[in-house]
Amino acid sequence: MRPFDYTRAQDSAEAARIAGQGATFIAGGTNLLDLMKLEVMTPDHLVDITHLDLNEITQTEAGGLRIGALVTNSDLAADMAVRRGWPLLPKALLSGATGQLRNKATTGGNLLQRTRCYYFYDPDMPCNKREPGSGCAAMGGMNRLHAILGASDACIATHPSDMAVALRALGAHVDLMAEDGSTRTLPLGDLYRLPGDTPEVETNLKPGELITHVVLPAPVHGRQIYRKVRDRASYAFALVSVAAVIDVESGVISQAKLAFGGIAPMPWRMTEIEDFLIGKAPSEDLWEEAADLLLSDARGQGSNDFKIPLARRTLAAVLNEATRGDDQ
Amino acid sequence: MQTKLTINGNEHDLEHDTRTTLLDALRNHLGLSGTKKGCDHGQCGACTILINGRRINACLTLACMHDGDEITTIEGIGTPDNLSPMQAAFVQHDGFQCGYCTPGQICSATAMLEEARMGWPSHVTDDVTSAPDLTDTEISERMSGNLCRCSAYPNIVDAIRQVSEKTT
Amino acid sequence: MTAHLKMDKPDTRNRLDHTAQGLIGAGMDRPDGKAKVTGTAAYAFEDQPEGMAHGVLVRANVAKGRLNDIDRDSVLRLPGVLAAMCGPRFLRNPAQGGANEAPVQGSEGIAYLGQPVALVVAETFEQARHAAHMLTLQIDAQEGQTDPDIAGYESPDAKQAQQGDLDRAMKDAATAIDVTYTTPSHNSAAMEPHAAIAEWDQDMLTLRGSYQMLKYNRNELADALGIDPKCVRILAPYVGGGFGSKLGIAPEAVAAALAAHELNRPVGVALTRQQVFEGTMRRSESRQRVRLAADASGKLQGIGHDAYISNLTDEVFSEPVTQATPFIYAGENRVIGHHIARVNRTCAGSVRAPGESIGVTVLENAMDELAHQTGIDPVELRLMNIPDKNPTSGLPFSSHTLAEALTTGRDRFGWDQRNPQPGSTRKGDWLIGMGMASAVRVNILSEARVRVTLMPDGTARVQTDMTDIGTGTYAILTQICAEMLGLPETDVSVSLGDTDHPPGPGSGGSWGASSVGTAAFLACEKIRRELAKKVDADEADLTLKDGMVSYANRQVRLADMIDEEIEIEGHVEPGDTSDDVTQSTYGAHFAEVAVNAVTGETRVQRMLGVFAAGRILNHKTARSQCLGGMTFGLGMALTEELMHDPRDGHIVNRDLAEYHLPVNLDVPQLDVVLLDERDAYANPLQSKGIGELGICGAAAAITNAIFNATGVRVRDYPATLDKVLAGL
Repeated sequence: MRPFDYTRAQDSAEAARIAGQGATFIAGGTNLLDLMKLEVMTPDHLVDITHLDLNEITQTEAGGLRIGALVTNSDLAADMAVRRGWPLLPKALLSGATGQLRNKATTGGNLLQRTRCYYFYDPDMPCNKREPGSGCAAMGGMNRLHAILGASDACIATHPSDMAVALRALGAHVDLMAEDGSTRTLPLGDLYRLPGDTPEVETNLKPGELITHVVLPAPVHGRQIYRKVRDRASYAFALVSVAAVIDVESGVISQAKLAFGGIAPMPWRMTEIEDFLIGKAPSEDLWEEAADLLLSDARGQGSNDFKIPLARRTLAAVLNEATRGDDQ
Repeated sequence: MQTKLTINGNEHDLEHDTRTTLLDALRNHLGLSGTKKGCDHGQCGACTILINGRRINACLTLACMHDGDEITTIEGIGTPDNLSPMQAAFVQHDGFQCGYCTPGQICSATAMLEEARMGWPSHVTDDVTSAPDLTDTEISERMSGNLCRCSAYPNIVDAIRQVSEKTT
Repeated sequence: MTAHLKMDKPDTRNRLDHTAQGLIGAGMDRPDGKAKVTGTAAYAFEDQPEGMAHGVLVRANVAKGRLNDIDRDSVLRLPGVLAAMCGPRFLRNPAQGGANEAPVQGSEGIAYLGQPVALVVAETFEQARHAAHMLTLQIDAQEGQTDPDIAGYESPDAKQAQQGDLDRAMKDAATAIDVTYTTPSHNSAAMEPHAAIAEWDQDMLTLRGSYQMLKYNRNELADALGIDPKCVRILAPYVGGGFGSKLGIAPEAVAAALAAHELNRPVGVALTRQQVFEGTMRRSESRQRVRLAADASGKLQGIGHDAYISNLTDEVFSEPVTQATPFIYAGENRVIGHHIARVNRTCAGSVRAPGESIGVTVLENAMDELAHQTGIDPVELRLMNIPDKNPTSGLPFSSHTLAEALTTGRDRFGWDQRNPQPGSTRKGDWLIGMGMASAVRVNILSEARVRVTLMPDGTARVQTDMTDIGTGTYAILTQICAEMLGLPETDVSVSLGDTDHPPGPGSGGSWGASSVGTAAFLACEKIRRELAKKVDADEADLTLKDGMVSYANRQVRLADMIDEEIEIEGHVEPGDTSDDVTQSTYGAHFAEVAVNAVTGETRVQRMLGVFAAGRILNHKTARSQCLGGMTFGLGMALTEELMHDPRDGHIVNRDLAEYHLPVNLDVPQLDVVLLDERDAYANPLQSKGIGELGICGAAAAITNAIFNATGVRVRDYPATLDKVLAGL
């Protein structure tokens, strides 16, 4: 870990201002410190935002929720309003990490966690994300964790969050505050960037810009499922995950929101699939066609080739489960 | 820099590097070596301690971020002459072998029972709106952040179940 | 005084069945338990001496090459940095178990990516860690060979064996199985990372370390440093897990000692978890070809087992994959092949049950394939192939419990509920199946010394340099001495892990409890004889219980009988019983799995292990050892794999997030049965090793269950979901 200065910010404006001068935010620290110890990340100034007033969950006028960026993953998963209205979110949160980590990790930090690519984590290995232009060791190396969608010739890393996948399916937005105190709101999907030629740039945040809140729209009708497929029963990153909110009325799908984890550089959502499903009757053939839409551009890298059939099968199983039964 | 840490009810004035994690502060600066370093990256749980009653990985937080917090380490849970019920149950059920992950397991289990008492769901809870019963599967899932290579897992579950049943 | 025994004859006296205290076999709580649950047990990197500087090792970042120098100036200007070192005494890799001398030395020669080649020392850990990142290495990279199959294999004559005509037997067989399985590299991943604190007082070095076999470690460290072993004291009262990874002295110990000497102050070096993965022993990957030739009744006529493994050059250790193959099953025609590739990969060495852990596992998979092809029940197939003497050497077995383990397990597990037709049981999305496997592990007695002192107050002190790495040494030595001397367990204090004490056998090879326990037994027996002399009685006629001595209708307090310490050193050496008979431990694993028909994920729902290892000294700690072994097997079956980069051989998943040890939720409430057995050939305690038996074959029970659940035979361990999925 490189030496750094440490400042504890008293309010959001101060935090954004200091960060605008080049400092890095620290909240839960569960990923940042992990990476700083390996000198994968080497900030020279940390601004501690844990004392900011961003740890409340409040109702919005639209019937949704406004979640402070500092609300811990544990508190978010335990919140009764969240559990009742958006059960997809606690399901995703609780499938990630551990009790200890969720007690520290925050809503904002979870969104901004870095990839778990083995080579990104090893400063002696080439990695375009860590050291632009050095190459990608995961291509031609081990890439079990890596992306089949949205990757580029420069980077095939995945985004590891479960929470972000659920939020993407739920149509969440993020509230941001800039260095000058101005605010803006982005759909979660617009927070992230695909790697392209610049995998080191992962988000559309401006320098110093702070995530202050995540906003959930009002609950939608439908069965909510988060299915995470991984190498251990617990405490492992997703190989494939599917977040779904599906409703069936009069024998046809009336609501479909889908997002995917473990397969792309960002929580993946394709509204084409959702539009395709709406108004159709559930069937195995329909799931196949939905999977075709999802995976038409999918490309394996060797040790992650299995994710293509796995994503297909998992999507079908989730859609089956979501449309099964007589309570629709 | 200087930080005032309140650990097991005692105040410590710590003169330290900004880089010092809470775990290294405990082990290298304060002589509280009951908290173990197994991976230093939040991947094993051996360093689990309680901050304001909640379990966290001491390796993944900076000492300077914790002035004003109530920190509880294994040394504050019980002593050889006065074991906590969880510690006694671990001895009785052989919930360890080499003992290195054990302080973290016990801190984790102690806080986990409180989480369950508050009705927090877990990944294996079918209905997240319910307050789940603490079945063996629930205990195992909630303790999956504490690795044990000797694999005392079945005995750890036995120990926790016993304490849970006695206190509810 | 010394009490010596060379184990040349079976000891049929069964002394421990005739003593009075009633502690042997009981599930006594560990005497070290309270220290462990309160965090007061001090492991290697604790009790840091005043003024200790912190050292952090630096890895070579090429698979092969030459380290010309390190750029000391690049770090010495950083705050707090005291030294940057490399040199001819640095260890290339840890010593192998029992090496008793230094391994290959010299940081100049780089043999694998991850080799620790330099040390940076600073006032604080934070300073040292950063400086280690900043240290520039001047390396000439060379072309390495990191793929065993490309490197090619040596086949040393001494490691090949053949009897009869296996090719003929395969041709004549009613059913012939010829299958190849692979297992990946594994890491012990003990929870305590390797660490050492070195402190010099003039010429005397004291090293607090995390090592398993101190009597060898002392000589290895002295040899590495070029000093007299008498000048080295190693302390390891608590070791946070070993599983083979701490058998030999390791780079951190030598580096700490060198730095402490140069700086004239204590220096501590703890490995990071990443360094544990790439710089301590891995279990070699293996490719194993198994041939089985069975007649129409299912009786084996021939067995072939060829193992292909790897290691660094100049390492004598090679994974003894086929160790149990010569004697586990009958069959006159037999071929054992052993082939070693020399590669630039992390050193291969002992990981829990070297040999049988992966060798029995694959053999038991092949047996399952034979059972399936012949239609014979897997348990029956094994029962009908148990030999009545060692089929290779012709020696008798000291005892044989495989049949009892198999039948006991079959009945207890509900094996009759298994549908032999693969893929025939489904609950929702989950396919359910059962599998089983035999367990076998050779039994070894190792030379050991223990000093037992009966104090004038009637309490006893027990001292040896033996370690307790979680195995229960504190517990069983307490029990044996308390039992033999008729004392409550609280009146016996055991001191371990100090080379100033008499040398024990070290923790390894499952020999610890029997070997060190026998030495303690011998010392106590002699103390009893000394007591008998005092009252002019026959030792066998003394009854010692609860601090009282009874003989010839008289009873006196033990403390009243002695006015000065009685100190005896017990000493046992292996003898003819190690050569005249085949000694082994046996068991049987049964597993029920659920395999997700959509994703290929496997969950072990139930698992039973039935084990026989002679007299069980402590049922609680012995059971825990079995739980640990079975869980190692579960990890081997489903998740554990060190991934070597195809280009430079380095271990890619070098942390606990990506090297997947089983977590609590992966492991069901395992069931363990310990059979009652006495083996007079083993030692006077009639006990045998239990620490490794539980892993041997365990993974096969699980993968055989996956086959029964799905019809998918994964022959490339671990059976991760992608491999199962490919067959669904």
